[in-house]
Amino acid sequence: MARVIVVTSGKGGVGKTTTSASISTGLALRGFKTAVIDFDVGLRNLDLIMGCERRVVYDLINVVNGEANLNQALIKDKHCENLFVLPASQTRDKDALTEDGVEKVLKDLTHMGFEYVVCDSPAGIERGAVMALTFADDAFIVTNPEVSSVRDSDRILGILQSKSRRAIEGREPVKEHLLVSRYSPKRVEDGEMLSYKDVQELLRIPLIGVIPESDDVLQASNQGTPAIHLKDSDVATAYQDVVARYLDEERPLRFVNYEKPGLLKRLFGGK
Amino acid sequence: MSLLSYFFGTKQKTASVAKERLSLIIAHERGTNRTPDFLPALQRELIEVISKYVNVGVDDIKVQLEKQDNCEILEVNITLPEQPK
Repeated sequence: MARVIVVTSGKGGVGKTTTSASISTGLALRGFKTAVIDFDVGLRNLDLIMGCERRVVYDLINVVNGEANLNQALIKDKHCENLFVLPASQTRDKDALTEDGVEKVLKDLTHMGFEYVVCDSPAGIERGAVMALTFADDAFIVTNPEVSSVRDSDRILGILQSKSRRAIEGREPVKEHLLVSRYSPKRVEDGEMLSYKDVQELLRIPLIGVIPESDDVLQASNQGTPAIHLKDSDVATAYQDVVARYLDEERPLRFVNYEKPGLLKRLFGGK
Repeated sequence: MSLLSYFFGTKQKTASVAKERLSLIIAHERGTNRTPDFLPALQRELIEVISKYVNVGVDDIKVQLEKQDNCEILEVNITLPEQPK
């Protein structure tokens, strides 16, 4: 089977789709044939972030229902040779997503030679989110250093450990990776924001990376270009590091330390 | 020292407040939301066995699983009815 990665969080707006787009792009740039699937049935978004919204003809539900085959529904990414997008349906209701249907799509993708399938989970803990994580081998838990996001991540970890196929069948558990996003080293330094170490201590899963808070993410989504493609951007570098660590390469953490101003500056200028 | 704290502030930082609140709530929710599936069945069977000998109702038995660090505590609380006479 292709390796299935779910990008999930429980809470909305933390950076799941941004992460799905960048991780799948990163894997494709490394030469792996990769598909990225939008599981947010009803609220399609991944196509916009990937910049392929005008080329959507068929979607995941069409494929599940047998109204289109995968070759018709998969959209080839405009930047990468090995990357394909399977968009979510905007019109159907989410009960159309069945476990058997999703399993068949994943099997068919495997037969087509895909090595990685990235599942972009919707927010919440309802059907769509559960479907996205059911067949996962790896889970990226995207968490903002903020109370509600951390709590929701813990909830979704509980669901992962009880409802994923690996859990139900008693196989080796889904490999969990903590991705702390929208991180501001200055605010952490000032004691205004949980540090990535705090978040990791609370959730007790291995850290795969820290994505700094950045204006670049909006610039990337404005253009429909995954953030990992941006030139001279901390966010792009941070995502490249995440992909490298996922592929078992050593990369030290970056963008987590704030350069402290000197004592004089603290006494006379700024707060 | 007081002069220093005047400049640098001694008020508890909000991040540490957040961490404290989260560690409490997460520990609590892990205890309640991740109870294994056998608990309801265990409770049912306990009631069956005990009601053979003592007259107890469904609400008289409480089964709870608590987790403290690496140690799980199974707590069974049975309220016996007051003796007649």
